[in-house]
Amino acid sequence: MDFNLTREQELIRKMMKDFTENEVKPIAAETDKTCQYPRENIEKLFNLGIMGMIVPKEYGGAGADDVSSAIAIEELSKQCASTGDIVATHNGLCCGPIIQHGTEDQKKKYLPMLTTGRKVGAFALTEPNAGSDASKGQTEAKLDGDHYVMNGSKIFITNGYVADVFVVFAMTDKTKGTKGISAFIVESSFPGFSVGKHEEKMGLHGSPTAEIVFTDCIVPKENLLGREGKGFGIAMQTLDGGRIGIAAQSLGIAEGALHEAVEYTKGRVQFGKPISKFQNTQFTLADMELGCEAGRLLTYKAAKLKSDGLRFTKEAAMAKLFCSEHAMKTTTKALQMFGGYGYTKDYPMERMMRDAKITEIYEGTSEVQRIVISANMGL
Amino acid sequence: MATFNNTDVAAFKDVWVFCEQRHGKLMPTDFELISEGRKLADDLGVKLCGLLLGDSVEGIAKELGGYGADEIIVCESPLLKDYTTDAYAKVICDVIQELKPEVFLIGASNIGRDLGPRCAARLHTGLCADCTHLDVDMPKYLDFLRNNSTLDVEGSKWDMDDRNLKMTRPAFGGHLMASIICPRFRPCMATVRPGVMKKLPFDQAKADAVQIVKPAVSLTVDDLHTEVLETVKAAKKLVDLIGADYIVSVGRGISKNVEGGIKLAEELAAELGGVVGGSRATIDSGWLSGDHQVGQTGKTVHPKVYVALGISGAIQHKAGMQDSECIIAVNKNDTAPIFEIADYGICGDLFKVTPLLTEAVRAAKAAK
Amino acid sequence: MKIIVCVKQVPDTSGKVAVNPDGTLDRASMQTITNPDDMNAVEAALKLKDETGCMVTVVTMGPPPAMGMLRELMAMGADSAVLVSAREFGGSDTYATSQILAAAIKRIGLEPDDIVMCGRQAIDGDTAQVGPQIAEKLGMPQVTYVAEMHKTGDTITVKRMLEDGYMTIKVQTPCLLTCIKELNTPRYMSVAGIYSTYDKPLDTFNYESLKDDSLIDPATIGLKGSPTNIFKSFTPPLKGAGVILEGDGKETCEKLAGILAEKHII
Repeated sequence: MDFNLTREQELIRKMMKDFTENEVKPIAAETDKTCQYPRENIEKLFNLGIMGMIVPKEYGGAGADDVSSAIAIEELSKQCASTGDIVATHNGLCCGPIIQHGTEDQKKKYLPMLTTGRKVGAFALTEPNAGSDASKGQTEAKLDGDHYVMNGSKIFITNGYVADVFVVFAMTDKTKGTKGISAFIVESSFPGFSVGKHEEKMGLHGSPTAEIVFTDCIVPKENLLGREGKGFGIAMQTLDGGRIGIAAQSLGIAEGALHEAVEYTKGRVQFGKPISKFQNTQFTLADMELGCEAGRLLTYKAAKLKSDGLRFTKEAAMAKLFCSEHAMKTTTKALQMFGGYGYTKDYPMERMMRDAKITEIYEGTSEVQRIVISANMGL
Repeated sequence: MATFNNTDVAAFKDVWVFCEQRHGKLMPTDFELISEGRKLADDLGVKLCGLLLGDSVEGIAKELGGYGADEIIVCESPLLKDYTTDAYAKVICDVIQELKPEVFLIGASNIGRDLGPRCAARLHTGLCADCTHLDVDMPKYLDFLRNNSTLDVEGSKWDMDDRNLKMTRPAFGGHLMASIICPRFRPCMATVRPGVMKKLPFDQAKADAVQIVKPAVSLTVDDLHTEVLETVKAAKKLVDLIGADYIVSVGRGISKNVEGGIKLAEELAAELGGVVGGSRATIDSGWLSGDHQVGQTGKTVHPKVYVALGISGAIQHKAGMQDSECIIAVNKNDTAPIFEIADYGICGDLFKVTPLLTEAVRAAKAAK
Repeated sequence: MKIIVCVKQVPDTSGKVAVNPDGTLDRASMQTITNPDDMNAVEAALKLKDETGCMVTVVTMGPPPAMGMLRELMAMGADSAVLVSAREFGGSDTYATSQILAAAIKRIGLEPDDIVMCGRQAIDGDTAQVGPQIAEKLGMPQVTYVAEMHKTGDTITVKRMLEDGYMTIKVQTPCLLTCIKELNTPRYMSVAGIYSTYDKPLDTFNYESLKDDSLIDPATIGLKGSPTNIFKSFTPPLKGAGVILEGDGKETCEKLAGILAEKHII
């Protein structure tokens, strides 16, 4: 059992560290303040091959493995969870299902768009009445000759107002419950597609979240992804993979917060010594460090299982659950260490804490993750 | 040239200084190096010669005598009007092989640092770059070590008769100092940074007495392999940090209000009668242009007063200003390394302190 | 046409540097990086490669760990790499180093339309000597402090920085250029580059590979052959502790101004 990263994975980490330090870190606070989509950095990430990195070479990607992808998202999220989110969604939730379930024609058309074409991808499952209970979606797609007519809306869609390619889930047969859901590849240029409300959120301000609306949206027949009625399975499978990305994102947030806390407590002198010398502080930091190490092992293992083509559903859920809860705990405790300064916007802590919260909710709430884990325990 | 045996150390005599001129004007470093060369020549008991290349530059040579040169070797040719590596290296190496100086100093300007290594390679001799201190005399060198190093001078063995040029320079970004020698080859070459050596007072009588020597110059167009199309002076006002007596530098501490911070620094500098400088961070962030940079890869300064505003005092910045006569630091962080070398420190917000300081200086000057 | 870029792996002297109890530098404490000016040289070469499709080879003289740096530079886009490493080369000063690198470049093969690129100086030695000395040993023209460059056919036009302006210089290939940070912003490694770097050729030249070159004379390489030697090295003493004045208000500033006036500093 080799716990070491490959040489290439180490280089990915080095490259992403440099990129994050020079390009992402300097604008992270500003991005959070202005809620501006970091367009230039996403362009750069396309140029470097990070956006769409898991897409096989023949379709324009780098054919990178899932551990490399997790490392890239982790490094980005140490400084800017928003940027990490955009990449994780594009890679795991849009490129992912097209790679897994796309026909050759669909792959030849859309994967190059999502890599060399520099088009951003998104995943649209959630609806106002269908969150954790994803089977209750109302968006419909009715077959009419050579195309489907789609009606409905999706909310809280990451990359919603910047994406050109969406993997959308809609009911093709309302009588069949979850077996009546189908997956589609929808382009924002299709007639009847529109972007609705831009969501104002507590955190992840740089990640463009929006409602998308289908009003008699024309979706060509050939854009059905997988077979009719297989959509729910595709969604769940996609989310399994996406969870690894979110685990990596949460892990990055926790590691970033821990690093800030260590630096600050070493410099902050109160009661005659740096507060890092107090045992209470040390124990708290030790727990944070422990959680990060555990989170890394869970995340990289889940990623490796996926790359090796093995079952990874339980492991991905465990990684996501653990890392997201750890991110919330770590950022909260780290902010506490900063005292009053942590509460101000001069320091990145309050942003990290605001960013961390969503990781316990999206791509399957912590409660859903527990359902997945227990479902895989033979109980 | 085949008979140029530069390992025959005894055959080499005299200290030479390359005197750079641009557009017919001598560089200030020339006077600094002539002054330093004078000391070395006196210690060695030999002549000090300036080496001047150019087109019709004989007229500016005398001034070099005023700082201590015994002789100026003037090499003239239209092909030497603008600096080119090929022309200058050829003429210099020709005349060195002819006249065999034992020491050859060059100012470490952008041109000096281009020329020095080329000549050293052609002459197969040693070159030490960016020297901050030169000694031939062992007692003087040991004194230098006593005052400038943590070495146990008395506890080490020394050859007190050693007459090699000991060339001391910073390395590793200024963390380490090394004294280099070139024992087996001549001339021993060194480049010296502008502003490092002290200029002697000008002596008109010495200037009048200087000897001008004009050896034959053999140079044709075929010797040149680059073409200078134009020389452009920077359009903006040059920040002359090197000669300034007062420098007010800003660092990362102004990041929350860059324009405001620079303005405060300018006001304090104006009050002191000086100029504004910056740490590398301010240049890399584009807040100040490159000519403001003080530090290991920027300029080395020795002002009377150096005020560091919001500068942490990282080692490469220190390397550029630590020999300032009086260092004043203003920084929010009382553990900032700058306070370790500051003569006076104020722990506080530079945006608050600087205007108060400017006012206090104004009042103190008025009261004098 | 190909471009040969000379690079050096150096300790990161801009970071925290530990000093041993005996005053010597704790080199193990320093991270190693590719010398910053060399990164600008690599980027310039890669830009020309983007424009013309030429080959780029990176070469370094150093111990085996420098191979990691060469792999990173190939992940940036260089086509091949050469490590020059041998016990006999150790302890070389700039003169000796330039001889060895010149010999290595000759062995890689130099065509009339090739360019050799270097960084202006390394952040450990800070001498800026190796580039020009390699040019001398290869008998080619040099232009240093290159802040801008354009290539048309065999002619390169560069902007060569002076302290107070610049010179515009024309030079023909083959030639050597030394680059400064104003020249460009080095690119990052790309994912595709990272996944192909370990398949790209990395050769090692040792003493045996180079010894037949006239430049490689045991009397002129390595510690013994270097014209310059280290006489003494030492760490500079920390300047004596100054005084941190109390407070940061009007009174404090007036006190300081008073001291400066008294000492005739202002």
